[in-house]
Amino acid sequence: MSALANATVAQDHHGHDDHGHHHKETFITKYIFSQDHKMIAKQYLITGLIMGALGILMSVLFRIQIAWPEQSFAIFELLLGEKYAPDGVMNADAYLALVTIHGTIMVFFVLTAGLSGTFSNFLIPLQIGARDMASGFLNMVSYWIFFISSVIMISSLFVESGPASAGWTIYPPLSALPEAIPGSGMGMTLWLISMAFFIAQSLLGSLNYIVTVINLRTKGMSMTRLPLTIWALFVTAIIGVVSFPVLLSAALMLIMDRSFGTSFFLSDIYIKGEVLAHQGGSPVLFEHLFWFLGHPEVYIVILPAMGLVSEIMASNSRKPIFGYRAMVASILAIAFLSTIVWGHHMFVSGMNPFLGSVFTFTTLLIAIPSAVKAFNWITTLWKGNLQMNTGMLFSIGFVSTFITGGLTGIILGDSTLDINVHDTYFVIAHFHLVMGISALYGLFAGVYHWFPKMFGRMMNKNLGYVHFWVTAIGAYGVFFPMHFIGLAGLPRRYYTNTAFPYFDDLADTNVLITVFAIITAVIQLVFIYNFISSIFYGKRATQNPWRSNTLEWTTPVEHVHGNWPGEIPSVYRWSYDYSKMNIDETDYVIPGQDFVPQNVPLQKNEEELNH
Amino acid sequence: MTVFLIIIVIALLGITFWQMSKILKLSKSQSSEDPTIASDKDNKIQGYLMLAFLIVFNIFMLYNFWSYSKFYLPEAASAHGEDYDRLMFISIGLIMVVQVLTQFLLHYFSFKYKGEKGKKAFFYADNDKLEFIWTIIPVIVLAGLIIYGLFTWSEIMNVEEDEDTVVIELYAYQFGWKARYAGEDNTLGKANVRFIEGINTVGIDESDSYAMDDKITSELHLPVDKKVLFKLRSQDVLHSAYFPFFRAQMNVVPGMITQFGFTPTITSEEMRNSEYMVDKVTEINQIRKENSKELVANGEMALDPYEFEYYLLCNKICGISHYNMQMKIVVESEEDYKEWLAGQESFGETMAKQEENNKQ
Repeated sequence: MSALANATVAQDHHGHDDHGHHHKETFITKYIFSQDHKMIAKQYLITGLIMGALGILMSVLFRIQIAWPEQSFAIFELLLGEKYAPDGVMNADAYLALVTIHGTIMVFFVLTAGLSGTFSNFLIPLQIGARDMASGFLNMVSYWIFFISSVIMISSLFVESGPASAGWTIYPPLSALPEAIPGSGMGMTLWLISMAFFIAQSLLGSLNYIVTVINLRTKGMSMTRLPLTIWALFVTAIIGVVSFPVLLSAALMLIMDRSFGTSFFLSDIYIKGEVLAHQGGSPVLFEHLFWFLGHPEVYIVILPAMGLVSEIMASNSRKPIFGYRAMVASILAIAFLSTIVWGHHMFVSGMNPFLGSVFTFTTLLIAIPSAVKAFNWITTLWKGNLQMNTGMLFSIGFVSTFITGGLTGIILGDSTLDINVHDTYFVIAHFHLVMGISALYGLFAGVYHWFPKMFGRMMNKNLGYVHFWVTAIGAYGVFFPMHFIGLAGLPRRYYTNTAFPYFDDLADTNVLITVFAIITAVIQLVFIYNFISSIFYGKRATQNPWRSNTLEWTTPVEHVHGNWPGEIPSVYRWSYDYSKMNIDETDYVIPGQDFVPQNVPLQKNEEELNH
Repeated sequence: MTVFLIIIVIALLGITFWQMSKILKLSKSQSSEDPTIASDKDNKIQGYLMLAFLIVFNIFMLYNFWSYSKFYLPEAASAHGEDYDRLMFISIGLIMVVQVLTQFLLHYFSFKYKGEKGKKAFFYADNDKLEFIWTIIPVIVLAGLIIYGLFTWSEIMNVEEDEDTVVIELYAYQFGWKARYAGEDNTLGKANVRFIEGINTVGIDESDSYAMDDKITSELHLPVDKKVLFKLRSQDVLHSAYFPFFRAQMNVVPGMITQFGFTPTITSEEMRNSEYMVDKVTEINQIRKENSKELVANGEMALDPYEFEYYLLCNKICGISHYNMQMKIVVESEEDYKEWLAGQESFGETMAKQEENNKQ
């Protein structure tokens, strides 16, 4: 390494200004009620991983039921108990509860809080050159509200009438009436309370991220020099602030309908031999409100992953990200479009068909910025010097599943074609690939890549390789054949398909899918093992193990409160000067070093790029 | 079969753990190599694995199309279904071209440009022309798809009701369906769940003069080649009337009446005797026979052989028995349809019978 890159390491320690770490930290202030963004990020990550393990375990359980319907398994009896799995046979209540809570946990607790919560907290201050979040206190509060929300959601699994089981979209009247399904009793109440807390934490967090990015960028860090990670996390936070409040209003109205006799979503209902007094509401209104969040939500999930992947890919390709401006523009375009496409979940909901046409139009428009992103990632690899670190593999995997899953969106976004595949397994295959698996790959890529910065140690690459390849094969093994099952007209959320002999020939394929699902789920244990053992016994990390340009790699390996022991570094360039040559094309800008960190001033032997 | 698969899973898991332990040992013994950052050797291995994955993935996709294409529903049994299928096949074709191309580039580049020490990456930050091309191509292709799709959509959804249209009410409840035919006056009587009482199970307004000749049935019979308009009504929660063979679906929403219309074109008899369905039913019965063997061995009842009928499913989660909320659909010639309908009891008759019973 040249002297230049080390300039910041050796930075003088006398610049020890107001942000000293001299006041003694107790265990509680350091690890529990910490206001340090790095610790809060780790809290988010670990909570998210625990929730993720739970969500994946649930999916394995209901996949076993789908493959071998109504057969007895000891594991059901063990985990679900006598009431929900009499004689080891999972009952329909348990099945619907599992799919509902699996969806809720994975979408909100893992891929929203676990992904964007972790990396927004961790990377925003580090990469923009800030001592911490704009409000460390609010940041701490937002984690602990998330924690309460998680605890409430998990506790709903243990109430007598069972957890919410009306699907993660909780459409009323099913979710409003305990008479309609047992899960809509106490379980649903807890679900709604948990989500209210979740939304509160998301808003607190998002506001903090936005303010931090706008106000606390270091000297020289103009918006056009921001790494794409920050752009993605920043825009994600904006989408969250715009759309989450609408879900809160929907949840509050549902609570009112359930408990206080209002009729926002209920009308003309006769159930269990009685006509309900509710009159004049409409479930379609709920669908509008739900999807006004629900659709942007999938971009809240996928944009951070896109940001992480862009950064990891550029760094490991030893090349600048291709088309930085187009990447930023497409993030903004996706964010804007994401708020005007929600109706594509409702083509056959009974809303006016003309509205369906409008939503088809806006929905298919999203394919354009998405295509630009995909092509730009591929071009980033072209003529690179690809360092196949685990983070890089997951980034390549991300682009692969994002394309595969995204392309079927062209079918589902077309109102005509949606008619016959709506709510079938085709939809399950589509969204799991494009936002589930892709976002998880983003999460894994991020963890592998920033683990050295988070824990000061490295993760084992060989375990990472095994983890990646088995997951990559398993994920496609689960979700690719599923498209065809959907095209056969098999609806989702069916406890068993045996009521329709017409589906009998799909049974073998369902078994195959379940086998892949079990393998994929089990291999995640390798990741968990690698993660935990590396925290304690991993090889000690160097300051900049991936030879990256962004500012977080200029901080010392051992975390300090305030991130930089001395002055905050200034920024002189964008974050993608990988393999940049000097004017004469004889050597790199810094001789012998194929990267130029952002805090290195413009050299005499290079041209400035305009971005 | 099941046991066999479980054995495979366990075997695979065994291999995985064995491999892992080997890797762990390797990573510990070779102290000279960094176990955390990819070396040239890793780049090479992973690059080749990318190439291998590309090949395996393509074979896997091919295999899926080869052996699962038969799952695609048979020829559409409705007039608009043909357009639907054409649009579907065009879209799938287009998607697969893009899929194969982009996956090739992605994985091939990952292989071709695998890292080596001393190799220089090409500093290539921007190319407006290139980016313009891959913005404009999707724009053009999508514009075509959108326009084609929207024309089909408005044709399907704009149902014009004329004298000839058969209007049928589909009534959904936890967990079943009922159909209501208009009777001789060709007009459905008013209805609301508030009128549900005793045998008036779908809530018909008895004071409405159009109501008495309505006929409520538990099977759905449709005349072939006549436009049918469904008026959908729910008793309790959201349901979705899904007619996969007719490429039709509409949610059933409590508090409002939704609608969907189509013209059935293939009778149940014709569909049953089509080559596709004969093959499919033979295969299904083969499977059922084999499953029955296992059941009988366990002292349970054997499965009935399957005969094809059109069916209507519920496709919006509606409660515990959502998975078994179905209704048989029979598409038949107009004469057969009229004969069947004439044989059904009208609402007035049902009510009169009830009254007589009460008197006795």
